[in-house]
Order: sequence, then C-alpha cells, then structure tokens
Amino acid sequence: MGYTITEKILLKHAKAKEVHPGQFISAKVDLYLGNDITAPLAIEEFEKSGAGKLFDPKKVVLVPDHFAPAKDMKSANQCKRLAAFARNFNIKNYFEVGKMGIEHALLPEIGLVLPGDLVIGADSHTCTYGALGAFSTGIGSTDLAAAYVTGECWFKVPESMKFIFSGKLPRWVGGKDLILHTIGDIGVDGARYRAMEFCGETIETLEMDDRLTMCNMAIEAGGKNGIIAPDKITARYIKSIKDKRRPGLGKCYSSDKDAEYSVVKEYDVRKIEPLVACPNLPSNVRPASKLKDVSVDQVVIGSCTNGRISDLRIAAKMLKGKKAKSSVRLIIIPATQKIYLDAVKEGLAKIFVEAGGIYSTPSCGPCLGGHLGVLASGETALATTNRNFTGRMGDPVSKVYLSNPAVAAASAIKGRIAHPSEVI
Amino acid sequence: MQYKGKTHRFGDDVNTDEILPARYLNTTDRQELAKHCMEDADKAFAQKVKTHDIIAAGRNFGCGSSREHAPVSIKAAGVSCVIAQSFARIFARNCINIGLPIAESIEASERIRKGDTVSVDTDKGVIRNITRKETYKFEKYPPFMQKIIRAGGLMNSIKGKGR
Repeated sequence: MGYTITEKILLKHAKAKEVHPGQFISAKVDLYLGNDITAPLAIEEFEKSGAGKLFDPKKVVLVPDHFAPAKDMKSANQCKRLAAFARNFNIKNYFEVGKMGIEHALLPEIGLVLPGDLVIGADSHTCTYGALGAFSTGIGSTDLAAAYVTGECWFKVPESMKFIFSGKLPRWVGGKDLILHTIGDIGVDGARYRAMEFCGETIETLEMDDRLTMCNMAIEAGGKNGIIAPDKITARYIKSIKDKRRPGLGKCYSSDKDAEYSVVKEYDVRKIEPLVACPNLPSNVRPASKLKDVSVDQVVIGSCTNGRISDLRIAAKMLKGKKAKSSVRLIIIPATQKIYLDAVKEGLAKIFVEAGGIYSTPSCGPCLGGHLGVLASGETALATTNRNFTGRMGDPVSKVYLSNPAVAAASAIKGRIAHPSEVI
Repeated sequence: MQYKGKTHRFGDDVNTDEILPARYLNTTDRQELAKHCMEDADKAFAQKVKTHDIIAAGRNFGCGSSREHAPVSIKAAGVSCVIAQSFARIFARNCINIGLPIAESIEASERIRKGDTVSVDTDKGVIRNITRKETYKFEKYPPFMQKIIRAGGLMNSIKGKGR
C-alpha cells in the first residue's frame, strides 16, 4: 500500500521504518514556532525543566503578533519575555515589532518554511504551511517546550481525507469560499485528527495566497493538517522570495496512486458562490446572496487567513472611488510589513483611507478580540478572519460572520452583508 | 488513577475561546486563569466549581485555538477529569502533556446529568455514575500516552533527552 504525502513527510522525520494511521511516533521537527500568547508558557516550562540550552536555536521561531504592538501592560511583559528569551539563547528568528507580521503570513513570505518540512507551532493555524507541501500542525505550549529541549515532537499518524476540486472558479469565489464550502459540508469536527489533502484541477491552478487560506482553515474542520502537493506554482512562489531565510526549494513529496484515504470528497467549484459562515460556528455556511438582511457595525479585512496582498487588492478593487457606509467601521490590517508597504506602493492604502477605512500596522488584532477593533455588546462584524465562535471578537454578546475579502469590502459599502456583484 | 467528583455539564463544540477567553491571555498566572475558567460558556463556573469536580461535555470539546491556557485553567480551577463524547485534537494533547485526565465516552456523555457524582478509573477505563448507579466504559490511553501520564506530563517524560 502506498503512502499519502502526509505519511511520507512524517516517515522521513520519524525514527520508524514505516508509518500507518493511528501509530504513535516521535519525529524530528524542522521548525518550532511560538507567539506572544503561547511562547511565555513554553518558556516557563523550558526554564522549569532545567535543560539550560536549546536543542537548536536556528529552529526556534518567535513572533509577537497576537497582542503586539503591546495592547496593555501585561501584554507588554509577555512580549518582553519573548525578546529576552531570544536574546539569551541567541535566537535569530525572533521578529520584533517593525520586522514582524502575523506569523502564518510572515513565515512563508520570508522562506522560513519549505516543501517537505515538518513544522509545529503553538498556534492552531500553523496548519497554514501545508499550502507549501509541508506537514505543519498546531500543538500546545508544553509541546513547544519539549521541542526546545529535544528537537522532537510526538504525533499520532493521521488518517488522510482527500478533497478533489474540479472546474473553473466563478467570479468572486476564492480559496476562502472553497474551504468554507468544505467545512460547511463536513462540519467543525468532520476532519478531527485527520489530514486534509486538497487536490484536483482547480487546486492545480490556484495561486499560493488562496492555497494558504485553504490550509489555514483546516483546523476549523478539526483537521490535524491541510496539505497541497508542491507543484510549479509552489516552486514559482519560493523562487520569487527575496532574501530567503533558508536555501533551496525544499523536498517535494506527493501521494502515491495507491495511498489510502478514509474519505474522498469531490466538489464542482462552478456551483460554489461567495459564502459566509454565520455565528457561531465556521461550519454554519450560507451564500452571501441570501444574507442581505444582516446589517454590520464593523468590517475587518486581515488576519492569517485573508490579510495577504492579493486579498488587499481584491478589497481595493471593490472600494476604489467608493465609501464605506457611515455607520460601518472598516478596519484593514495587512498581515506583514512587506504587505503593508506593497499596498502603500500600489496605492491600495490610499483607496482604503479615502473609502473611510483605517489601515493598521500588522497584528492579529481583533480576530481573537485582542485589540484594534474589539466588538461591543450586541454588535455584528463581518470579517475575513477564521473563527466566529461566541465572543471571539469581543463581547460575548456580539456576532461575527466570516467571508472572503470581496464580500467583506462590498458589505462595508452597503452596511449589510452584500454580494460583490451589487457593488461592481 | 481514580477521580471522583460532581459533574458540570456542557454541550457540543465548546471551544477554547469559551473555556478561556482571549481577553485573559495576557497572563500565564495559573490562579488568575482559574478565575476565568469556562467564563464564556458559563459565567458562574469559576465560583461554583469545587476541587475534584468533573466536567462532562458533548462532541469536539476544546476545539479552536491551541491555547494551553484553556486546559491549564480547568486544572487550576480544581477539576479532576474531563469526560466528553470526543475531544478536539490539540486540546486533547495539551491535557495529556500537562497531566489533566480526559475520558472519551459517547455513553457517559449522553447519560451523565448536571450534578451527578461520578468516578473515573483511568487504569480500568471505567466511569461509574454513582448518582444513577450506571457504569460506562471508555478506551484506556494507548501505551505511548500512558508513559507520558505516568511520568507526570510531557516535560517529566523527556527528562535527560536532548543533547
């Protein structure tokens, strides 16, 4: 029996002759990531362990992005702990404010993750890097501390699910809609403990930003990882990175023809329209066109899911020469410093400000109700983020709807959930 | 190991944003986190919960954010064990790693009611509902996980490893 791409990468990194779903393995990890929320707990555990030194400082990545630039004194102290740890242990991959971005947008952008890597991160959206053909998954702070000491992590080899997408994408439909459609189909625990492998003719022509969006939200179906086999688009993306942090193009794996899948799903994307996940679960998915009676107080365009340059270009296309409705707070947050600057150079920032929006420094910000747009009681937001759980963006009595950037920008203009075709 | 206590009931898809809201993620102080445990699922939980109490929930408990602060707050609040129909992956591994016992049982999840006194035997894989005089089985941890648990958590289990 052949192997899936996920199994191949795990086998390559494990001290095992073979792997099969359900098997427990210890595996060498290529990169271990923490942020200002999760790394402080890991640093405490590492210090308590008395190990005294890191297994490999080159593999440690620290990104203060959640509550950074520090939103309050306690957050400032957490960020300070990261900076001190990086200094004391000579960690080069520490990204201070001014150099940082949202971790899952930053790492691919600077070439820290390559195809074939095994990456863990104390952040659930670490599954994003599967878009590059890496195995990457979210773990906890204690796992991170253990990796600091041993360079390894324990895993249960997951079963794989195959999602085959066919057909040409309709206008205004992107990676966000494909993943929302998938989560809507299988539910928030539909891929629990399993690998989600995305393939098919639609994926073969899908650009990297959309692939990153899709793999980013694998966790919202309970998935262990999302993954797309590396191809020409992957190679082109990696070759285009300036000042790449790691040499080479990585190692490309693909699934064997006789690999085993627990589930195979086929979707015709021509039938998919711009979608919105309604409160309070990402699986509560409905077409944007059916939600025109939902008015919004705030629109957020950003996050590790949809804060990349192609997302901002789509938003700017919708907003150019138009105004957000006066009752709506429009908040646009580029995911990294590079994206921030590119959007300024391309004139996108000007469009956002002239539309009555704010254009912010990179941060996870309001996505998890941190800062830069926390919701009041009874308020409703439409966001390009990834979660719409109760109270996710602020007050427990507030609501979050999730969509792609075109729907978000159109909705900002209309003051209610809108289909992009209502605006352009 | 055996754990015995009164149960607090929760439903399906209780996520880590509800277990420990992000507004409290600016600290790692266990006692501070305990004060806000389950706050957005049941505002009064932190006041009601007593040492050794047990949480019983539905499907996919602990989904969402990887924040270890969620199981840490449950443990620090005095909860001795969490029973659910199923657990989200990262939450489950965090529990194993920090030494918070969990038990996955559809039957127990369906039968246990708020306030029932139950005991959980993780060596035998048996849950006893003392209030209702019922017994439910659950699958014991696989040997790999038992090693971590017996060591008292992941950090103890890796002692001496590394260079």
